[in-house]
Amino acid sequence: MMEQTDNLIKLSNGQVLSKETIDGDIATINFGPTHPATHGIFQNILTVDGEKILTSEQTVGYIHRAFEKLAERRPYNQITPITDRLNYCSSPINNLGWHMTVEKLLQVEVPKRVQYMRVIIMELARIADHLICDSIIGVDTGALTSFFYPFSEREKIYELYEEMCGARLTTNIGRIGGFDKDFTPVFHQKLKEFLSTFPKAFEEWNGMLERNRIFMDRTKGAGPISAERALAYGFTGPNLRAAGVDYDVRVMHPYSSYEDFDFTIPVGVNGDTYDRFMVRQEEIRQSLRIIHQAYNNLPEGPFHADIPEFFLPEKKDVYNNMEALIYHFKIVMGESDVPVGEVYHSVEGGNGELGYFLISDGGRAPYRLQFRRPCFIYYQAYPEMISGANISDAVITLSSINVIAGELDA
Amino acid sequence: MTNNTLLDALQVQLGSKIITSEVLYDTLVIEISPSEAFGVIELLKNDATLSFNFLTLIGGVHYPEEKGRELCVVYHLHSWKNAIRLRIKCYLSQDNPGIKSLTPLFDGANWQERETFDFFGIQFEGHPNMTRILNMDEMDYHPMLKQYHLEDGTREDKDDRFFGR
Repeated sequence: MMEQTDNLIKLSNGQVLSKETIDGDIATINFGPTHPATHGIFQNILTVDGEKILTSEQTVGYIHRAFEKLAERRPYNQITPITDRLNYCSSPINNLGWHMTVEKLLQVEVPKRVQYMRVIIMELARIADHLICDSIIGVDTGALTSFFYPFSEREKIYELYEEMCGARLTTNIGRIGGFDKDFTPVFHQKLKEFLSTFPKAFEEWNGMLERNRIFMDRTKGAGPISAERALAYGFTGPNLRAAGVDYDVRVMHPYSSYEDFDFTIPVGVNGDTYDRFMVRQEEIRQSLRIIHQAYNNLPEGPFHADIPEFFLPEKKDVYNNMEALIYHFKIVMGESDVPVGEVYHSVEGGNGELGYFLISDGGRAPYRLQFRRPCFIYYQAYPEMISGANISDAVITLSSINVIAGELDA
Repeated sequence: MTNNTLLDALQVQLGSKIITSEVLYDTLVIEISPSEAFGVIELLKNDATLSFNFLTLIGGVHYPEEKGRELCVVYHLHSWKNAIRLRIKCYLSQDNPGIKSLTPLFDGANWQERETFDFFGIQFEGHPNMTRILNMDEMDYHPMLKQYHLEDGTREDKDDRFFGR
């Protein structure tokens, strides 16, 4: 990691230090790949002077699963399960973003009800994502209780997913063109229950951390990044907003009727761990506002677009209706024709701008599909954020930037 | 700003550097020569009215059929001031694919260019660390190129003759 001469030490990033400036001994330690504090498979090789970090080298790709290559062989509806496994803390956003990308390619207008239903599901996913991330900051500052409290609330969100699609983590929710079914009576009942009980539970949990002296002392000033540096590194999402830039895809390029809703974009000032925490907490409140608006004004109408070439017919029609049987066969075998074209569509994911760049040559599978994975792009700023910090700050910085291994490594 | 006004503004700024331009779905796509790419993106970034301040995505595409322009580097730029996106394409020959790195303009280009190198073998000149990123260093090919099939071609237990195109 370093070369030493008589009085100078050359670090791996090219920096040269004089031995007099070193307080303790220079050591190289492995932070990860399977360290409990990394919350995922991340390796950071840290060069430390006592407790102070001098340099950091990241290794990524431990769980690379070749999603972009896989996508080149799969029919469009079979790519949705791949997107589940990107940011698996908020899979529904990935799924629905992909459906919207394909709909954009097909130039399909989905009914207003579908758009509102999508907004409800995506905001629930955002709440679940932020709950996990913020509670893990609590764990890394030594407050394990703050990890368990919100998990009973996240469980309720997972039950809502389960009611809509049968799965909890890798949801594969919805279909190209809409949903496979309308909100069920149980979903309505559980959502109402969630909306009435969640705010109180959330504020109770938030009260444990928000003005907690120990938590504030630990997180304020940890892993800061300025707005200019964050922009240069391509930050998006809560991490960018914590640095004071109010960029949000939902506002700049509204999709799925986000323009109908009234919500604010919280921003931070210092771009440190505390600001990132606070921005996420406020986003949870704003997501609740959006869900209330979407749910109270849920339009009547069908729960899917009229695109028989892509939306599976009802099973009873498949058995009794020739056309439905043909479409069923075409969809299941991946024989539906798509137009030639290329689209870029992005949604505001749990941790930033999640984009899909799709090139179609008219074949059964995309010619090329590239995911804009937000944390892959901003994780490269991590060495700069922790340089000069203590090892314990590196831990909370890593958890507060919400890097998800599945998304990072694709 | 709409795609048409953006194209007019680009034609004033870039003139003949734009090889082709078209609007695909909601985005303006322009093709420029790889040797011009860095200068053009720098100009677009620093221009006060266009202000393409944000690099959204860098990626590669492989078109093995198009001789002399097999590889394509696709840049997605985003102007927050005008709330508009721009897609820039540069075609490279497979023999010696090289294009100037954007790392002096955007730090975020670093890993995206490494990823493009890793999967397509496109060299980014002036990049501080042009090594593989997601695949292992010992790998001797670039797996997203179309000649490398997803599945093992030597397998005999699967018969795809009847399904799929």
